[in-house]
Amino acid sequence: MSFVRRVGRWATAGVVLLLARGRPRPPAEVARILPLHRAGDRAELAVASLLLLAAAGGAGFVAVYLLGADTQLLGLSLGLALAFLAAALVLGSRALVPQVEEVEERGELVHAREEAAVTQLVEESGEGITRRRLLTAAAGTAGLALGAALVVPAASLGPVLGTDRLLRTPWQRGRRLVDARGRPLAADAIAEGIFEIAFPEGAPKDTLDSPLVVIRLPEEALRLPDERSGWAPGGLLAFSQICTHAGCAITLYRWPLFEPTAPGPALVCPCHYSTFDPATGGDVLFGPAGRPLPQLPLEIDGSGALRAAGPLSGATGPSWWGVRA
Amino acid sequence: MIRRAVGWLDERSGAVPLVQKGLRYVFPDHWSFLLGEMALYTFLVLVGTGVYLTLFFQPSYEPVVYDGAYEPLQGREVSQAYHSVLDLSFEVKAGLLMRQTHHWAANVFVVAIVLHLLRIFFTGAFRKPRQLTYYVGVTMLMLAVLEGFLGYSLVDDLLSGMGLAIAYSVVASVPFVGGNLVLLLWEAPFPGTSDFLSRIYVGHVLLLPLALGALIAIHLTLIVATKHTQFRGPRRLERNVVGTPLWPGYALRSLGLMCAVAAALLLLGGLVQINPVWLWGPYDTWLSTNGAQPDWYLGWLIGALRLMPSWEPHAWGYTFVPNPFWGGVAFPLVVFGFLFLWPTIERRVTGDDAFHHLLDRPRDVPWRTATGVAVFTWVACVFLAGASDRFFVQAGVPYEEQIWFWRAAVFVLPVLAFLLTRRLCVELGDGGRRTPASLGADRS
Amino acid sequence: MPAQRTAPLLGLAAALTMLVSAPPAGAQPNELVEEGRRLYAEDCVSCHGPQGEGVVPASPGRGAGGVTGAGPPLLDAGAASVDFYLSTGRMPLSSPDEQPRRGEPKYDAAQIEALIAYVASLGASGDPVPEVDAKSGDVGRGLELFTLYCAGCHQIVAEGGMVTGAVAPSLFEATPTQIAESVRIGPYVMPSFDEGLIDDRELNDLIRYVEYAREPDDRGGWALGHIGPIPEGAVAWLVAGGALVLVALVIGERARR
Repeated sequence: MSFVRRVGRWATAGVVLLLARGRPRPPAEVARILPLHRAGDRAELAVASLLLLAAAGGAGFVAVYLLGADTQLLGLSLGLALAFLAAALVLGSRALVPQVEEVEERGELVHAREEAAVTQLVEESGEGITRRRLLTAAAGTAGLALGAALVVPAASLGPVLGTDRLLRTPWQRGRRLVDARGRPLAADAIAEGIFEIAFPEGAPKDTLDSPLVVIRLPEEALRLPDERSGWAPGGLLAFSQICTHAGCAITLYRWPLFEPTAPGPALVCPCHYSTFDPATGGDVLFGPAGRPLPQLPLEIDGSGALRAAGPLSGATGPSWWGVRA
Repeated sequence: MIRRAVGWLDERSGAVPLVQKGLRYVFPDHWSFLLGEMALYTFLVLVGTGVYLTLFFQPSYEPVVYDGAYEPLQGREVSQAYHSVLDLSFEVKAGLLMRQTHHWAANVFVVAIVLHLLRIFFTGAFRKPRQLTYYVGVTMLMLAVLEGFLGYSLVDDLLSGMGLAIAYSVVASVPFVGGNLVLLLWEAPFPGTSDFLSRIYVGHVLLLPLALGALIAIHLTLIVATKHTQFRGPRRLERNVVGTPLWPGYALRSLGLMCAVAAALLLLGGLVQINPVWLWGPYDTWLSTNGAQPDWYLGWLIGALRLMPSWEPHAWGYTFVPNPFWGGVAFPLVVFGFLFLWPTIERRVTGDDAFHHLLDRPRDVPWRTATGVAVFTWVACVFLAGASDRFFVQAGVPYEEQIWFWRAAVFVLPVLAFLLTRRLCVELGDGGRRTPASLGADRS
Repeated sequence: MPAQRTAPLLGLAAALTMLVSAPPAGAQPNELVEEGRRLYAEDCVSCHGPQGEGVVPASPGRGAGGVTGAGPPLLDAGAASVDFYLSTGRMPLSSPDEQPRRGEPKYDAAQIEALIAYVASLGASGDPVPEVDAKSGDVGRGLELFTLYCAGCHQIVAEGGMVTGAVAPSLFEATPTQIAESVRIGPYVMPSFDEGLIDDRELNDLIRYVEYAREPDDRGGWALGHIGPIPEGAVAWLVAGGALVLVALVIGERARR
């Protein structure tokens, strides 16, 4: 293991530092670059101990890894090892090596002669060309065409022109509502104060146009637009569960036990807290959403199960250019 | 021995004169010059831990039944991606340490970049001849934020799924082409296909790190070419750099900083839990959790998305500007636009096109400092608004009231911050003598 | 027996008392009702009305000494409801317009029993205090249900959250019985879930998960309250950022010569 070797080397380094101190230096033959500096005893010993502590940390990491690899102990041992190493390096930089402050001249960034030469080089190289505009145009055309050829394969990434796919929805008249486990949703199961997440029977659950939130309000509390009369049999309301703002799932249903002293019924998105009013057909009460939650007209079939009575009142999911708000 | 090694190198590369020059490169002594290095070393930790994670992660939405060690999810259908991250966290020895260290490093990476940027901005270090260095740096900040977002979006846990839903909505909100863009990127309407996951995976582990690496190289090359700036002081002139040479003092110190950065990140990674995806559970489009937040460096965007009032101009069957555009696209464009344009703006205002190697103290240039603080305050207000929900839960101040407060504050507080900062600078400094006009005369 | 288990037992006792004592049998139930009436007249009548018929805002609470309040009728408040509001300290409320929040219960178990009996004597009928057996619940199934029905407001690890207009409290102090009661009755603005939606077995799964979520698997270390990026960002800035700036201050200054 390289760790063992490393530990060994650190130990050697520590021992050498301890033992080799005070040995005479070879006489200087050439002019010194750095000032003569003598590291103090205490500093050398301190750095050596820090290195040994780092070694212990590294060894500890190996041991912890072999003995079950508890995350906290792993982090602690390796973290402390590196912290000791950091301390050793910083102390070493301060106390073991000569301290110099140097003044370095910046030198010129501007090279007038070279600038002129480069300009001249470029200019002279094109001097003999007479059909300058033709060549420029041809080169430009080549550049454009090849650029297009380079970019076009990117269109394979996705059906870039098929934005009608964003408007497709499985919710058509007659589609049954099922719960998360695929069981048909009975109208009776949705009492006032309950919310249930529903999906289209026989369609994928995980697309933005799929999940619904189903609730029941007292019929006298409904204030749906006139064209939506009959959409809410027995006060049952179904809305797209996906917020029209940023596509998060609406899993917050505010249902006041006593409306006079509490905020009224609302469907709320937990991402940016867009708040929708189910009684008016999903209008935005608060928050950033720019359009109402799409509502699905409901009907109750002979077996008492909920079915779609038509398409949703608007596009599901977040808005984009082709969405009619 | 040393002589032989140096000789060996020189005979084979002729590089020793360069090495000699490099070893004598002078670093000015000031703590704030280490912030950029901190970001650099965090990047190294990110690459190291990240490579380790790729050895275990599987970028696929393919459904599998979870059969690993974490009991509450046993038997649940999850994606392969999520499964592999759970295995990495529960069954791979040191896997969780690496994952958490990686995630902490991502958070600290952006912290270091932002601190570095603040230093550069408020000391005027972006001025000629360092505009390129500055533009490259701001670009790296943008890439780092994107890189981080893609990283935690790979896992397919509840939070990452909600984040991707929002990202999808933001992309879809681009006027005219939003619908086409999401189909291009996601390959199908949200949640898209496994190809999408492969794409952000390649982006996260290859393209963006490569781009960041290349930009770091350019950034450092430019720094060496122009040499460091320095604060005013005895012997310090526009034409020199005073400080500690790379060898021996600074190299050891800088390596020490590298170890300290790695130590801090590993200690966090081992001791402080981050993004416990097993607790969030897997994502499905119909699931969500309260208080879902992005990582901090996107907190300003969630704040902007939440602050925007319900407004969506539309007519003739088209939605011109879907609401998430304002917070998710326009706002960051304005902020980054400001950062990119500032050197030009300042040059235009001051007419100062001279070289500047000596730094300003923030108080020395009240109008720049005040403008910077105002913009920073603006972003900070939006950022704080993003945490209003948690503040409601902890402190009981109603959410709607907070949102209305911040909707006003984003207009009022930056102005106040501007006036206050300018006043403070003038009080602290030399009476505001260094106005924009006088700055041009500052060349030496 | 751990203290936590006493509350459901008391609740159960209360429910049994109610069931058993429906026909007047002996003096004890009457004493209970009398005690309940006394407490009711003190703390409840101004908002819920002398007959539990409720008070709409701005109408004087008759028989309440001119004190006006507003509160829902109690005619569908069963033992589960009364026990939930009183044992969590949510009632009595100092102002009818504020959200009832968990607090120190004002009444002891016997007094709650008395109030349950009194409200029942007004003709109220509703859910009895549910019987729970969290130990039989399944954490995984509970997590799945919790994600679907609860996490939207209460946060996925039950740390609490909000809807516009109200706080959804964290569930860490709620006893198993109180969790079951709240699921069934839907207090304040919470939806209610009947047995058709969440049956008794599933209710036990849910409670089992909430109990698990109090001390979940925090193998990553210090859990920062399980609410994710906000505290994580604070740690990144204040702990990591702060520590590294300190290191920079130490490293960056020139050593004194």
